[in-house]
Amino acid sequence: MDILQITILGVLASLLYILLKEVHGSIAFLIILITGIVIFFSIIQQIQLIFETIRKLGDQANVQGLYLTTILKIIGISYIAEIGAHLTKDAGLNSVSKYIELAGKIFILLLAVPIITAVIEAIIGFIPNV
Amino acid sequence: MFVDALILFQIAGIGIIVALIHTILKQMGKEEIAQFATLIGFILVLLIVVNGLSDLFQQIRSVFLF
Repeated sequence: MDILQITILGVLASLLYILLKEVHGSIAFLIILITGIVIFFSIIQQIQLIFETIRKLGDQANVQGLYLTTILKIIGISYIAEIGAHLTKDAGLNSVSKYIELAGKIFILLLAVPIITAVIEAIIGFIPNV
Repeated sequence: MFVDALILFQIAGIGIIVALIHTILKQMGKEEIAQFATLIGFILVLLIVVNGLSDLFQQIRSVFLF
């Protein structure tokens, strides 16, 4: 989808939200939700193209598959956590959105543990045994 | 699946019609039926939105290698 179409979609969604907020609050919130879904759907195909390029380059440079997979998973977790956090913030639940962000950070740290372990083992390997 | 703003208009239309039905039934003095109409409209819209959300999460799972 073009950037112009996405912008027009956002403006249209805000118009419908203002129109519907007075008469029906919950359905107005669902309009915000479906707008986010539609916009993300249109960008995720482009993200897929970018990731295929990254993976091809990584294969050419002989990067281990584990590291690339971990990085892509981390990016996916951050996208999902951001969608959830923004939605809950729009619904007026600031504390829940903070908890979702915290959960995303914890899961990212959990996924990064093998990489951190590899780095620390490499550093320890450099230290000569006295 | 989502190539245009059709789904947005669909949800807004359902919302406006449900609000109309709610107002008319309230004017006729049938509070309970008005509440049920609102509830069913909300469930219809929720069905559309949850389907879209499920599709989106499936797509994310396939793209980000989960």
